[in-house]
Amino acid sequence: MNPFSSGTRLRDMIRAIRACKTAAEERAVVRKECASIRAAVSDNDNDYRHRNLAKLMFIHMLGYPTHFGQMECLKLIAAPGFPEKRIGYLGLMLLLDERQEVLMLVTNSLKQDLNHTNQYIVGLALCALGNICSAEMARDLAPEVERLLQFRDPNIRKKAALCSIRIIKKVPDLAENFVNPVVSLLKEKHHGVLLTGIQLCTDLCNHSEEALEYFRKKCMEGLVKVLKDVVNSPYAPEYDISGIADPFLHIRLLRLLRVLGHGDADASDSMSDILAQVATKTESNKNAGNAILYECVETIMSIEDVSGLRVLAINILGRFLSNRDNNIRYVALNMLMKAVSVDDQAVQRHRTTILECVKDSDASIRKRALELVYLLVNESNVKALTKELIDYLQVSDQDFKGDLTAKICTIVEKLSPDKIWYIDQMLKVLSEAGNHVKDEVWHALIVVITNASNLHGYTVRSLYKAIQKSADQEILVRVAIWCIGEYGDMLVNNIGMLNLEDPITVTENDAVDVVEIAIKRHTSDLTTRAMCLIALLKLSSRFPSCSQRIKDIVTQSKGSLLLELQQRSIEIDSIIVKHQNIRSALVERMPVLDEATFSGRKAGSILSAAVSASLSSTNGAATSTAAPLVDLLDLGADESAAAAPTSGANFLQDLLDVGTSSYSSQSGTSQAQKSGNDVLLDLLSIGSPPPQNTSSAPDILSLTEDNKTLVSPLDGLSLATGPSVQASSTAMIDLLDGFGPSPPPTKDNGPAYPPIVAFESSSLRLMFNFSKQPGSPQATQMEANFTNKSSDVYTNFIFQAAVPKFLQLHLEPASSNTLPGNGNGSITQKLRVTNSQHGKKSIVMRIRISYKLNNEDVLEEGQISNFPRDL
Amino acid sequence: IHFVLSISRQGKVRLTKWYSPYSQKERSKVIRELSGMILTRGPKLCNFVEWRGFKVVYKRYAGLYFCMCINQEDNELEILEIIQYFVETLNRYFGNVCELDLIFHFHKTYYILDEILIAGELQESSQNTVHRLIDAQDSLVEAAKEEENTVSYIIAQVAN
Repeated sequence: MNPFSSGTRLRDMIRAIRACKTAAEERAVVRKECASIRAAVSDNDNDYRHRNLAKLMFIHMLGYPTHFGQMECLKLIAAPGFPEKRIGYLGLMLLLDERQEVLMLVTNSLKQDLNHTNQYIVGLALCALGNICSAEMARDLAPEVERLLQFRDPNIRKKAALCSIRIIKKVPDLAENFVNPVVSLLKEKHHGVLLTGIQLCTDLCNHSEEALEYFRKKCMEGLVKVLKDVVNSPYAPEYDISGIADPFLHIRLLRLLRVLGHGDADASDSMSDILAQVATKTESNKNAGNAILYECVETIMSIEDVSGLRVLAINILGRFLSNRDNNIRYVALNMLMKAVSVDDQAVQRHRTTILECVKDSDASIRKRALELVYLLVNESNVKALTKELIDYLQVSDQDFKGDLTAKICTIVEKLSPDKIWYIDQMLKVLSEAGNHVKDEVWHALIVVITNASNLHGYTVRSLYKAIQKSADQEILVRVAIWCIGEYGDMLVNNIGMLNLEDPITVTENDAVDVVEIAIKRHTSDLTTRAMCLIALLKLSSRFPSCSQRIKDIVTQSKGSLLLELQQRSIEIDSIIVKHQNIRSALVERMPVLDEATFSGRKAGSILSAAVSASLSSTNGAATSTAAPLVDLLDLGADESAAAAPTSGANFLQDLLDVGTSSYSSQSGTSQAQKSGNDVLLDLLSIGSPPPQNTSSAPDILSLTEDNKTLVSPLDGLSLATGPSVQASSTAMIDLLDGFGPSPPPTKDNGPAYPPIVAFESSSLRLMFNFSKQPGSPQATQMEANFTNKSSDVYTNFIFQAAVPKFLQLHLEPASSNTLPGNGNGSITQKLRVTNSQHGKKSIVMRIRISYKLNNEDVLEEGQISNFPRDL
Repeated sequence: IHFVLSISRQGKVRLTKWYSPYSQKERSKVIRELSGMILTRGPKLCNFVEWRGFKVVYKRYAGLYFCMCINQEDNELEILEIIQYFVETLNRYFGNVCELDLIFHFHKTYYILDEILIAGELQESSQNTVHRLIDAQDSLVEAAKEEENTVSYIIAQVAN
């Protein structure tokens, strides 16, 4: 049987596969073929090995597994004849890649073939080595390849040169061995050898500075001459492509010259003439010519500035840009991006054309042009360019809007000359493509809005107008809802009117309408609805006349299947119904968030993104990490529910966010401010929590666990730890105390009480001063005074106290959290205790003081029972 | 050049050549992604698509797309010329090449590609040289065949 005359079987298989109508049929045919090939493999069938391998290659191309044929390649390569080797090497290159262990087995055969007397077999081996060699093979066979660079036949030399490129790529250490042979390759006349020699030389230069210097010295003149020759060469049909002799050689020469000329004035100078000639003389009506011009421009841009050349290059790009061929315009845009850093002014001249390209129908061109415009924007043209881009946003493709929006937002954020412009542009973007705006962007927008106090009215009115037109843009709705909640009164009363505004008439009901529509729209997601609820709560206080209506809207969400919404609406409902007296304080405006802090946090949040990701995943469906945080507090609060002074305490605890914000705006101490900001961030970033809260959440988890055990035996005061939480929980009780029903006054208060030393340890002393408001004998004002008896400074000083059920305790923020040593200063903290069993029982208190001493946590605890009897 | 692909308009793969390591899984993913991107592009658009930080230069000949994947900083126009050069060489070898030639003689297509590119770099700019080399190797195969024929003929004779 003759294996070479029976090639029909391969044809038959291909035919059979092509005749298949369904994928299942094709699989069946392939399975059958594979089975017979496997059988042949295990029989060690010699006659059909090459044909089987050819079939396998075809099957492989269709995407089926063919690993069982790998050893067949090796056997064919090891065979003596050229035809077997040819197909074997082809199979090797197709079926294997450098990461397969099997490949190592071929090293020996390759070595033999590289030394074969038949030059075509040497060629096959070089080709295979060049295409798939691994680092080990490169090391083993590098000497052979190096030797072949001097082989008598040029076709082997060129293959060896490309093989060397691969070897250097795999094992950079071997590079220096190739430096000397390359010099002689560059002097060759044969185009193939020259071409590959130049590529090898370029690679060597990119690998080592030393080689670069060497070639600069040795080959500069020669290369310039070669380029000159090839540029001026007469018509040669063998190398001619559309009237240009060997454009490939042109391009590779230009590329090597670029590497040599970069950062070296002398080298750049010596090539300037020929570059100028190429730039001016090359025909630009065919692709081949343009390819050369393109390469030439790139070279001119990267080498040292030689007079006039850059102008020439920019002009070529200008011509490219106005070309009708999309390919040419694409490369022009690409090149101009690099030119911006070299000569911004020259590129600016083409700005209008580039802007046109942003609107091109071709996605590749649009993308390039947009990148380029982004680079071109500066303070002076930002307004005009942004206007163009936003105008285009209205008509652009859906799938381009994302990119375009992101770029516009970055431009606006980076270069906005003033806040009103920033807000205006962002509102335009939000109305056009609100759904493409990323969370960070609208969070930042809200921060800017809160900071621009003179623009609050203007912003909320603009948003109101915008939302009438583009209610389907989710993010626009969110920002509008937030602003209406915060600044609803300014919307209705036209407060803070700017000259450029047309007055609008919005009634309180209109404003509530907007929120109602948003919360009822079925496309609104959880975040938007949650924001709507908060806005409604705020509006219920801003617009007392709409209070009943708002209550009705909120009531509808009470049955929501989304736990978060349900919980919030029940809480808000009870605030509206039961706690009118504290409501207005509860829903005061958000404190202004410092822009610098916000951007700092933004940067930090990238670091903690991993943490937040893992955290939110453990929370399952909860979209807001604020929610688990609140729930944790809730746990603590449950313990105290029985004893809590009013039923409101429970949900107030839940509503931490609202409570703290109003608290912080009242007190304004630094710590409270901080917690207020956190909460603001929370509201802002329901999707992506700020780093601080996220990272502290697990701590709170554990602390709350501790506290529960600690608190429950004592009584029902929820005692939460952690700096920000403490501030807020005390705030809560404050609110309740302040506004809760006050007990009827019984008698005037007379006596003054002497101060006591309530607690003293070796390191710390706590003094209490007392006073009573006349008319409320049950309430006692206490002033705690802490003195440090040691010589070291205590930091992170926190005082906590707990009292039995018949007492109500309220802690105000401490004067400081740092306590200097040696009694050089003190911390004072006010407490208010209301004794419901006044006259029957006296006050007792359990205290806990924690601080850091030399960065180590110290905890001191004690019970105070030496209060004056009749407090 | 990281890889060369040839895809028919129906999305069938006609030729794949990988010069950078891609696992089998990645390869089929790459092919799927690119055919989705390239086959849907209109005729007047430019021949470059940006993909995973690389650029893919493609050119359509009848129902067949030839694609080459290059780095961001490479010369796209030159790659177009290389594709053209490859196709012209095929055309000269097969004589008015069509898709069927590439299917049934896929190994020959690979041989020609191997004479043009090694390690993803161009090795020869003269079509004549490529043809000379391919012809020489083909005739080596033919000669071996002949020899085999005579030998097997003799064996057959002897067996008879």
